[in-house]
Amino acid sequence: MADMVNVTIDGNEVSVPKGTTILEAAKRVGTEVPHYCYHPGMSSPAMCRLCLVEVEGAPKPMPGCVTTVMDGQVVHTQSDQAIKNRRGVLEFYLVNHPLDCPICDMSGECNLQDYVHAEGREQGRGVEPKRVFGRDDFGGDVLFYGDRCVMCTRCVRFMSEVEQDHRLTVVERGNRSVIDTFFEEGLEGTHWHGNIVDICPVGALVSKDFLHKARAWDLAHTPSICDCSQGCNISLHTRDNLVQRIKPRENLDVNAWWLSDACRMDYEWMNRGDRIEAPLIRSNGGSKVLGWKDALQSILKAAEGSDASVKAVASARASNEDLAAFKRLIKGLGGGEIVYRSPRIEKDIPLKGFPQLAVRRDRAPNTTGANVMGMTRVGDDSATGGLEDIAQHDGIVLVLGDTLEDQPTTFGADAELYVYVGQHESAATASAHFILPATTKAESEGTFTNYEGRVQRFWRALDPPGMARPPWLVLGALAAELGCGEAVRSAEDSFAAMGVDAFAGITYADIGERGTVINEIVHMTGV
Amino acid sequence: MAYPYVSDHEVRVLSKHFGDPSHRRIDTYVERGGYKALKKAFEMGPAQVIDEVKGSGLRGRGGAGFPTGVKWSFMPQDSGKPHYLLCNADESEPGTFKDRELIRWNPHQLIEGCLIGAYAIGAKHAYIYCRGEFFEANSILARAVEDAYEGGYAGKDILGSGNDIEITVHQGAGAYICGEETGLMNSLEGRRGQPRVKPPFPAAVGAFGMPSTINNVETLAAVPHIVDNGGDWYRQFGTEKSPGTKLFCVSGHVNKPGNYELPLGFPLMKLIEEVCGGIRDGNALKAVIPGGSSVPIINAEESSRCNLDYEGCEEVGTMLGCASVIVMDEKADIVKQVRRMVDFYAHESCGQCTPCREGSSWTAQILKRIEYGRGTEEDLNTLMEMTQQMVGTTICVLSDSVAAPVQSSIEKFREDYLSLIRRDEQVGAA
Repeated sequence: MADMVNVTIDGNEVSVPKGTTILEAAKRVGTEVPHYCYHPGMSSPAMCRLCLVEVEGAPKPMPGCVTTVMDGQVVHTQSDQAIKNRRGVLEFYLVNHPLDCPICDMSGECNLQDYVHAEGREQGRGVEPKRVFGRDDFGGDVLFYGDRCVMCTRCVRFMSEVEQDHRLTVVERGNRSVIDTFFEEGLEGTHWHGNIVDICPVGALVSKDFLHKARAWDLAHTPSICDCSQGCNISLHTRDNLVQRIKPRENLDVNAWWLSDACRMDYEWMNRGDRIEAPLIRSNGGSKVLGWKDALQSILKAAEGSDASVKAVASARASNEDLAAFKRLIKGLGGGEIVYRSPRIEKDIPLKGFPQLAVRRDRAPNTTGANVMGMTRVGDDSATGGLEDIAQHDGIVLVLGDTLEDQPTTFGADAELYVYVGQHESAATASAHFILPATTKAESEGTFTNYEGRVQRFWRALDPPGMARPPWLVLGALAAELGCGEAVRSAEDSFAAMGVDAFAGITYADIGERGTVINEIVHMTGV
Repeated sequence: MAYPYVSDHEVRVLSKHFGDPSHRRIDTYVERGGYKALKKAFEMGPAQVIDEVKGSGLRGRGGAGFPTGVKWSFMPQDSGKPHYLLCNADESEPGTFKDRELIRWNPHQLIEGCLIGAYAIGAKHAYIYCRGEFFEANSILARAVEDAYEGGYAGKDILGSGNDIEITVHQGAGAYICGEETGLMNSLEGRRGQPRVKPPFPAAVGAFGMPSTINNVETLAAVPHIVDNGGDWYRQFGTEKSPGTKLFCVSGHVNKPGNYELPLGFPLMKLIEEVCGGIRDGNALKAVIPGGSSVPIINAEESSRCNLDYEGCEEVGTMLGCASVIVMDEKADIVKQVRRMVDFYAHESCGQCTPCREGSSWTAQILKRIEYGRGTEEDLNTLMEMTQQMVGTTICVLSDSVAAPVQSSIEKFREDYLSLIRRDEQVGAA
């Protein structure tokens, strides 16, 4: 093609589009050129000088992050000159770096640590007193440790170029340069500032929420999807069967490298201890713990021969698989209306520098999935109310996932059969005949459908408490007994067996880690 | 006896009226043939002005010595964008004081040069970025620009020629780095004064993102004379490769320090001995920094065979720079002088590039330790190795300027360092 150029990087020839930087071209041949100030989502000031590489014919080493490749160019990233430069620059970084790795949150995932271990000097030569800036509260969730800063200005550029709310700047010059907020105005009120902690290559910007909570090497990382209808790709960082923090996971189609503060901080619910841990049957004022087999058989027995009408409440936090199994079960019971409730905020809060990403109005991950399956949204924007009808229903009442916290103790009291499948008990579950423990998204595999109809997978990060099982497994088995679909043993099979047209023909393999957009998108109307 | 000191060796073209305050007035300037060159330039047309300047062989006086006419010819034709001429009057190099004098004594010469330059490159606006600390020069220049507007030499329809050229004087806020051309542009635009990554070069993307040319005060001040008298006239001074006259700012241990306008190629020793009246107290020469503090130091032997032009300085391993000759006699403490220079650069580093930000202050710290007698020989190796990492690895050349005096002084005056280092050892042994 005319607009492709051929370059040789460390002896490997590669053809890249014209305008590609040396750093990006090197990635194509599997060479990661160390860098700090460069970030693919922002402009490159070429100031860290770590990515200098040797270009044949150039009088000086060239910054790989801003030098675009030229046809026939020969680049060496591992030549004596390049290695010597990196070694030199890394030594300069350490002249004033406090080396407080043992008490630094970044330790274990720090670029300075990694680069110095790989290519730095074994022994420092600096004996002079180090510069001290101390610690500063930047507001929001961010603490600034000035001494650790490598002055890459990624945080400043994120706020000015991506969030486009100039809250940070570099004050002073030379060796006295330091990142600062404007006077007393910190990061409060911004919606994306957590990202500056992610993009800080060292431990200069750390999260207050995560401060001294866990060491990076003790955390297991599990890919997942966040809890708003944007469906940001995230990674759950877990230790001791608890989610310790949420980090964004790169997906250029959805959230690129970014994640909103609201989603980032929304994880404590996955760590709640007050969970339903075993299937319960309630009768004559008492309750009894059952095994799963007994529980399911009892439910089938209770439903057998009944021709009562079914009313059901689902949750937009349940996966596609769960919702589909729920729907099949209801079909097996003779069919009935399914509603769900979900919280909403006033309007989308887009990220100005990457506007396809926003804090979405719909604050539940699977409203689109629920809509596609014909469920109706009821209630208000705080996900309350709208269930008056169902609360007094005298037929079969089924609830999946919704905690019904706003509902009275009399909810379902008149029901012939009331089955509650969820994570937590509340006043409104008092009348339930059966209570079945369900897993959260962190404890099971599944898929969500985001606002634009993109189906994305999440993986299991935590062990479920007690006997909790994924709803798709339990409900799917019940539905199969009632002649609707087959009982499945894996999330993948469950997805394949959903029986929803919109998802037909898609497999887990198609979805992969990046997601795929379904053909038919049913956006919410009215309500 | 006039303007502090003058010498018979001088060829006073630019500095002819130094010491005469009446020359600041526009009527005096015009009376003495001022703004004649501007009229002539308008008659010649831009292309011919550029040719004339090319023919004169005038080289940039800010330090790099790039041919001015060639630089002007890099400006795009018919780009459809506004062009800008920037005059770099942010003279802050330690040892340099020529631009200040050019502005103080002959502001209209500079203004005329700016107008001709702007006309040649198709700019409708010229900015003079004047160093913040030059309070007197700033007010003189501002007054002169006002007078030029009033006299019809600037603004709309200059001298009825139909050419519009605005001139703005911008006072800096006191940062050495804003004398770096792209740092100056950032500062002019209201950004942090930090040099930009090149490419793109200013001729393509300069001030306000538009094609721009930036010239030193002395360069532009020479332009009216070249246009007026012709390039060949200018070539009669100086050498083949370095034509013209140059202001030499001589400071340090000479009897008559000051600004001297001499033809390029003038021998350094002759400058010290004959023009500047020799070294103080008849002391022996120890070292010379011939081009401002960012060029390598030369010793007495090298000085004896150094001719002051771009090539002559290169021959002895240094640079002409902006021709700020700092002379040090045998009593000078080289380590202290180098440490002071490095302190200056460490203070003035903009802080973008790591080698400069961290390296310059680290160098200053080590030098201070050596100066106070707490250094080791190993420190010298560290300095040599580390400053090598500061050469050619940064966006601008400020960090190269730190390395030059450190490396050259350790090479040439190692004994001075060692005596300080050993002094400590001797004290320890006693």
